Amino acid sequence: MRAIPRRLLPCTAVTAALTLVGGCGLASSNVESAVDAEERGPITFATSDTSGVVPSLIKRWNDRHPDEKATFIELPEDADQQRQMMIQNAQLKTDTYTVLNLDVVWTSEFASHRWIDQLPADSFPFDQTLGSINATAKYRGKWFAMPYASDGGMLYYRKDLLEKAGVEDPPETWDEMREICDKVLGEQKSKMSCYGGQFEKYEGLTVNFSEAINSAGGEVTDAKGIPHLDTPEARRGMDHLVKSFKDGTIPKSGITYMEEQGRRAFEKGDLLFYRNWPYQYAISDKKAKNNEVAGKFSVAPLPGEKGPGASSLGGHNLALSSSARNKATALDFMRFMTNEQSSRLKLEKASLAPVFAKLYDEPEYVRKFPYLPVLKKSILGAEPRPRVVQYGDATKAVQNEAYNALTGKKTSQAALRGLQRQLRALAP
Amino acid sequence: MAALLVSPTLLVLGLVIAYPVLSAVHSSLYSVPDIDPKTGFIEKGDPFVGLDNFTTIFTGAGDRFWNAFWNTSFLTVTSVILETVIGLAMALIMHQGMRGRAWVRASILVPWAIPTAISALLWRWIFDSEGIANSLLNTKVLWTTEGFQAQIAVIIAEVWKTAPFVGILVLAGLQIISQEVYEAARVDGAGPIRRLWSITLPLVKPALLVAVLFRLLDALRMFDLPYILIGAGKESVETLSMLAQDEASNVRFGPASAYSVVLFLYVFLIAFAFIKLLGADLLGARDEAGGKKGKGGGARKGHDGGEQGARKSLRPVAGDDRNRQKEATA
Repeated sequence: MRAIPRRLLPCTAVTAALTLVGGCGLASSNVESAVDAEERGPITFATSDTSGVVPSLIKRWNDRHPDEKATFIELPEDADQQRQMMIQNAQLKTDTYTVLNLDVVWTSEFASHRWIDQLPADSFPFDQTLGSINATAKYRGKWFAMPYASDGGMLYYRKDLLEKAGVEDPPETWDEMREICDKVLGEQKSKMSCYGGQFEKYEGLTVNFSEAINSAGGEVTDAKGIPHLDTPEARRGMDHLVKSFKDGTIPKSGITYMEEQGRRAFEKGDLLFYRNWPYQYAISDKKAKNNEVAGKFSVAPLPGEKGPGASSLGGHNLALSSSARNKATALDFMRFMTNEQSSRLKLEKASLAPVFAKLYDEPEYVRKFPYLPVLKKSILGAEPRPRVVQYGDATKAVQNEAYNALTGKKTSQAALRGLQRQLRALAP
Repeated sequence: MAALLVSPTLLVLGLVIAYPVLSAVHSSLYSVPDIDPKTGFIEKGDPFVGLDNFTTIFTGAGDRFWNAFWNTSFLTVTSVILETVIGLAMALIMHQGMRGRAWVRASILVPWAIPTAISALLWRWIFDSEGIANSLLNTKVLWTTEGFQAQIAVIIAEVWKTAPFVGILVLAGLQIISQEVYEAARVDGAGPIRRLWSITLPLVKPALLVAVLFRLLDALRMFDLPYILIGAGKESVETLSMLAQDEASNVRFGPASAYSVVLFLYVFLIAFAFIKLLGADLLGARDEAGGKKGKGGGARKGHDGGEQGARKSLRPVAGDDRNRQKEATA
């Protein structure tokens, strides 16, 4: 099939969009880059804000930069919708959004489509931030984003019940977890199940599936995006989940759990162990109707096959829209939003997991957010989800095949084989 | 002069109908650019591939399409049949003279007034594994997982929402049936069932057909209900609209447009067949309203004559009824 360019964009449109590089005769090897950005002026920040911390940060910025004011554009809470709106903005090449708040798994897609600019490597203190987070801000070895907030999975467990049964430490391996469940639950098994995670067919399943594979020593894809699911490790990880569903370690209804359904089940006393993000800590620790676990639970790193497991890495990075104006201001704004002082504010006001290593160890924070040490361990050992350009297709493939295996429609071997084939097709 | 007078209408129609359709057809002829292995960037401009997007749908990688196609058809047929039957029953009940009739009507319409996305959330909550549905039925069905039960959940939610719509449209049709016809039938000794079959149904048919046609077109485009109630990636309830949305959200606008064009043609075909086979009256009504176009029925027909001649009506009574309605509304 002969490839004919869809429409020959008028020269002006191209130059307008790429003012920085300038000129019309852009060879495809030229990289749009914000390295020598000079334009200054008002900018916008497109993000969702569930915690309400963004306006106060922006106010701080605006007070100091009256000539380069930032405007907060609030996007919907739903991640897919955010992505859609940002893609639309990029496709129309408008300058409506200047700085984008990207989920860590979107970096490759946005960078490869040139929707975001390459960043100067010295724009952020990358040596002070957690290494696993930095990896999500790169595409093909180059910086395309700045780490903004992080996230890692933790194992929530019923401390009170474990103590009652004489168990002192939370489990480090899957086998230990099963043993503890047998010990604690005993005859109560009909009332309470052992473990829960997010297994509904959505992004959460990709997260939990990757965690199972990584915690068994395997990897879903390597740094280049090549899948490695035809390994015995991957097989053991998948089998662990399938077996847990079969023998009732995970309750049958676990297949419908997203974060909140599982949290409610845990709070109702249906689960002994539950995997979730740190946001649950504050909610479950508050006394409320239908919450039996306030003050009775604790957190631990996720268990793995032979020792502590590996979480999937969540979080957000800031990126610079390639069609935006005033990029020099934007870079300063991004540095401001991600610096240590802002990170403190984000942690204090919105309990967003910081990207700076040292904040996790400050005694005052640890007292206020008792989960921080565990979270640090979780993030340090976390693995990014598949880093491929077509992440949407990759995660759909993972969800389909993992769901087939969990519901018994396919054996785990067949599911992994199918997934390997599909991910291989998406790899570069 | 006539052309001048209708030109604003044509302009609006062109803007809101012709342009989007043509633009969808146009973009369905383009594929997705490849990634340049050297730089890692997506090449600029979408490559022209002709009808490739369509041939892919109907051949090799078309499993997902056919699954979505059968889902769409199955959900449409079952839910439209159910909501027609239930809506008709609702209309008959509402038509009875009873106290507080206005309240009954208003409350029956409530589901229709709720946005689909909201009612989908509502039903998602009902069909939760710990939800009301399971505790009422005393079961442990996981409604929102893959499988037949997910389709049932969608159909129940859909019928709940749209049966009232059918009900209200049919009620409007019922109210213009003259009581004299019933009296005459009663004098002739017709029982209630006979009256339903021979009088009510034929006379209410035009209104019923409009309702069913509306529902049919709507159900074929079903998107938000299964998307929210069951979930985005569930094969059991993936419809053609969901497929198109999924492609578009993965920045494959060419294939997405191809799916949309196929869906458009499917909807068009169904509507056309429906009107041709059952609803000659619908076309008739339109012809008379905008007689200038004169496609189906030709020139404007007289009030009492001709209509029957131009179109073959299924039941002679229906023809009478049309005249009756006009007299009633006149």
